[in-house]
Amino acid sequence: MIGADPAAAAAHPGRARAAEPFDPSAAAARATEAILHDTLHGADRGVVVDSPPGAGKSTLVVRAARELAAAGRRLMVVAQTNAQVDDLVDRLATADPDLPVGRLHSSDPHPYDPVLDGHESVRASAKIADLAGLDIVVSTAAKWAHIRHVEPWRHAIVDEAYQMRSDALLAVAGLFERALFVGDPGQLDPFSVVGADQWAGLSYDPSASAVTTLLAHNPRLPQHRLPVSWRLPASAAPLVSHAFYPYTPFRSGTGHGERRLSFGVASDGSGPDRVLDEAAASGWGLLELPARRTPRTDPEAVAAVAQVVRRLLDRGAVAVSERSDEPQPVAADRIAVGTAHRDQAAAVRAALAGLGVSGVTVDTANRLQGREFDVTVVLHPLSGRPDATAFHLETGRLCVLASRHRQACVVVCRAGVAELLDEHPSTEPVQLGVTVKFPDGWEANHAVLAHLSEHRVAWRP
Amino acid sequence: MSLITTLARMEAVREGRAQPLTTVRHRHLSERPLAFVPLTTAGETGAPLGALVGTDRDAPRLLIVAQPRDRDLRFAFLAELAEEIQPYLDSYGDEVELEERKETDPETGKKVPVQVELCQDAPQLLVPSTAGVAFVRLLGRSMRFRRTAEQDPETPFPAPARVPLLGRWLTHYGERARVPGSCLLLSLTESLSRHWATGQSNLEDQHLGSLLAWIDPPEGVPGAEAALRAESERDEDGRLRCPPAGPATDPAFDNKLLAPAMSRYDAARTEASQGVAGGSARLRLAEAELRGLIESQLRPTWDALWRGVDLLRTLPEGARVADRWKRDRWSYTGHRDRVRAGEPPQPKLDDAVTAAQKLAARETAQAQLDAHEALDDPLVMAGRRLAGEAFAGEVIDVEMAWSDAKVPRPRPLVTIRTEDRPHLAERVKLHRVTADGRAQSGEFAGHADLDGADEADGSDEADEADVAEGQGDAEGQGDADGPAGADGPGRALVVRLTGGMGRGKQPEPGTVPEKGDRVCWTLFEHAPRGGPELPDAESTPWTHGGPPDTAAPAQSPQPDPMTEEDYL
Repeated sequence: MIGADPAAAAAHPGRARAAEPFDPSAAAARATEAILHDTLHGADRGVVVDSPPGAGKSTLVVRAARELAAAGRRLMVVAQTNAQVDDLVDRLATADPDLPVGRLHSSDPHPYDPVLDGHESVRASAKIADLAGLDIVVSTAAKWAHIRHVEPWRHAIVDEAYQMRSDALLAVAGLFERALFVGDPGQLDPFSVVGADQWAGLSYDPSASAVTTLLAHNPRLPQHRLPVSWRLPASAAPLVSHAFYPYTPFRSGTGHGERRLSFGVASDGSGPDRVLDEAAASGWGLLELPARRTPRTDPEAVAAVAQVVRRLLDRGAVAVSERSDEPQPVAADRIAVGTAHRDQAAAVRAALAGLGVSGVTVDTANRLQGREFDVTVVLHPLSGRPDATAFHLETGRLCVLASRHRQACVVVCRAGVAELLDEHPSTEPVQLGVTVKFPDGWEANHAVLAHLSEHRVAWRP
Repeated sequence: MSLITTLARMEAVREGRAQPLTTVRHRHLSERPLAFVPLTTAGETGAPLGALVGTDRDAPRLLIVAQPRDRDLRFAFLAELAEEIQPYLDSYGDEVELEERKETDPETGKKVPVQVELCQDAPQLLVPSTAGVAFVRLLGRSMRFRRTAEQDPETPFPAPARVPLLGRWLTHYGERARVPGSCLLLSLTESLSRHWATGQSNLEDQHLGSLLAWIDPPEGVPGAEAALRAESERDEDGRLRCPPAGPATDPAFDNKLLAPAMSRYDAARTEASQGVAGGSARLRLAEAELRGLIESQLRPTWDALWRGVDLLRTLPEGARVADRWKRDRWSYTGHRDRVRAGEPPQPKLDDAVTAAQKLAARETAQAQLDAHEALDDPLVMAGRRLAGEAFAGEVIDVEMAWSDAKVPRPRPLVTIRTEDRPHLAERVKLHRVTADGRAQSGEFAGHADLDGADEADGSDEADEADVAEGQGDAEGQGDADGPAGADGPGRALVVRLTGGMGRGKQPEPGTVPEKGDRVCWTLFEHAPRGGPELPDAESTPWTHGGPPDTAAPAQSPQPDPMTEEDYL
């Protein structure tokens, strides 16, 4: 299966390049065709698509949904959050204004984004009966799980399937006959607030990801991969691919020099300005504060993050990209700050407000999943910590934080994280029957740090 | 670990004494719990060495396995254990009350109320440490599939009566102990460390002796020193004065005292079986020596366990503990019914649906426990406030408003002055309990300025959020040197009430807070709902392997295929 798969061939860019120059559009198109072929005409009940960050997953979902609807298959779409559902419905309705789409929502007040009311062909309801007969019905896994006593849908698309828990899939899988599962294996794994060790190693471990369970029970399902990241610039794709997807490499859709970041105001020589210059030149910047053990909301690090954002706006950053001929200003809404914890995000928001900055997205890795910005500023999850716990080492957390940007990423961190990592090798117990995930967070953290250290700006605030 | 716990631990180090984490007791303690202090044999998984068990702290029953590698003696031990525990477990089964419950009628498919029995109280097992809970689970697993001669006359090694039954009960208790907040099976170390923060690590808190040394140190001895003594002080025979709470034993005791005594026992046993003169007397002597040795390791833990119970009893029980204990009673009653109905023992592994149901139930229980503890206990709530998950303050303004609906509903806007810093965003749902104990919901409607002018971030609420107007005299302006000194007198938050005001156009009296009231809003729900209904096991979907194969209920995975390495 894999050998005949054009996506797999495209995923070996080294080999492809030897024969001909790598054409990202052609490689991505071949992968998409193969996926759609298996989805529409394949014999298997499920198709799994792995998508690295920014590889056009949403575009694929919209296209697959439209083709399935055009083929007369009643389709249900399962996403994980209301924001994802609203975004998907908006994209579907924008792509095809005549397509009848149902938005199944909860009975809470303000259950969906009012922007959907602007689409004539979108019908929103809290009752599935109101949406009967529509080509496509979209909702969250949590809402779908309450649907009972209906005729199963011919087809389903499960979006962000790697972030869906196995027990959530169990609750909805009876609603459809066949399904396309799409997701990013490198992002954060689903978690449970209570211990689930007693089921570790069982094929249907309810705390595992939906795809893990699906493939454990259906190992022969066709698996595809999107080979090109359109989001990540040429400076970022090799690092993210190497650190987080070592066995399933991908490439950037743009070449070196196609994206550029520059400033209208010259550097004042301060740490934040120097790290911005480094990030503009190389795509990465590490602003290293002196080593110190701090509480989570490290005031110096939080202030440094806020200052980097302030200077980025003050210096009139402009971005050149393939999207437009003219350089575009990097406004606040194109900037994000990523943290590991909610209290850190709150502290950064307060610090930004103190500097008079508004409109910048500040959130935790969990909430930044699936989002895209021009420039990101990341407070390193291990900065200032005395220990490296499984939470802070989690591969997906770092991967999300390091793969949200189209232009450049600045990481703010206390010195000494490499030593911290060496003092805290992974000690998670090995569970029988659980596939060991590669790379582990320890390895991925070292890979990213090693790369970042080449773009280091040491600064004492 | 939350910030407030870290703070409490640092204070404990400074004070040389454990610091309270709670003001009330968040675990139910039975009036007549059964304590069980087990020990195992080193080097052999699940081989019991001895136990003290009983409900009377002054007269525990001592059970030992003189030679743990002898399976017959092990069974004799388990039979004695069942004799001691099973009557206690059964003694709560017959005093019942009737409860009304909604059940689905199989004919009509409608929910109809039915009267069901609920045991008035339930038996509670106490063990010293979390390892003890794991051992209860292990015992349950090793016992529940055994067959007695009565159940199966053909069985080659019949188990003593009651042993399989006790195995099922211990399994039930072990499994129930995984549910957050459940109290059928409690470990003392866990219960004590929920209520007190010591100056040592979580790992060190697993040692019951040193945990107690921090919570209740001897007069004039700092906690750290008392804990060190508890961990390491030995008597003239080299025995720890405070042996580990088990079930693992102290290796020095094993090597120096237990192993020689066991050899003497083995020798005497051989002699007695060969009819050597005086053999049986020596055997009795050797056995008595072993009993004395094992008891010397068990008794300090037994006493420590009850000391821990005394300490927990000094705290008044939290208001919502009885609600959670009722769930434990339901759990006990449910298992009683399954045993009486002759159902088979619990399967070795959960099927997909059962596993998902258990996980969902435990997540709901965890959320409920977290909410209950915070509502029952201002100190716990303070931790949640510090974490930005709740805020408390004084009502400085109330403005009536109504929704735009056809039948307008009351949506009063309440402005609260607080020094807390909750993680709020527009329209975040808020919850509180009113003075008369009813639940009220609200949503965050924006910031108001303490001087009266609006802040810009009220967005579309800006017009309604100017409730603080005329509040130029806002109380607390002079409070700037309070705890939030650098940030001024705190902040004013506007909450729109969305529920808990009755059904009329006007809110019921007493449901809307008044100016000057102290209120506490939380960002977390107080009565979190459970997850969705899952399919029946028979309709397990294809993604999860389809329905379990009832013909082969054991479901144990196939052994690994033989590889070349197996034959090296």
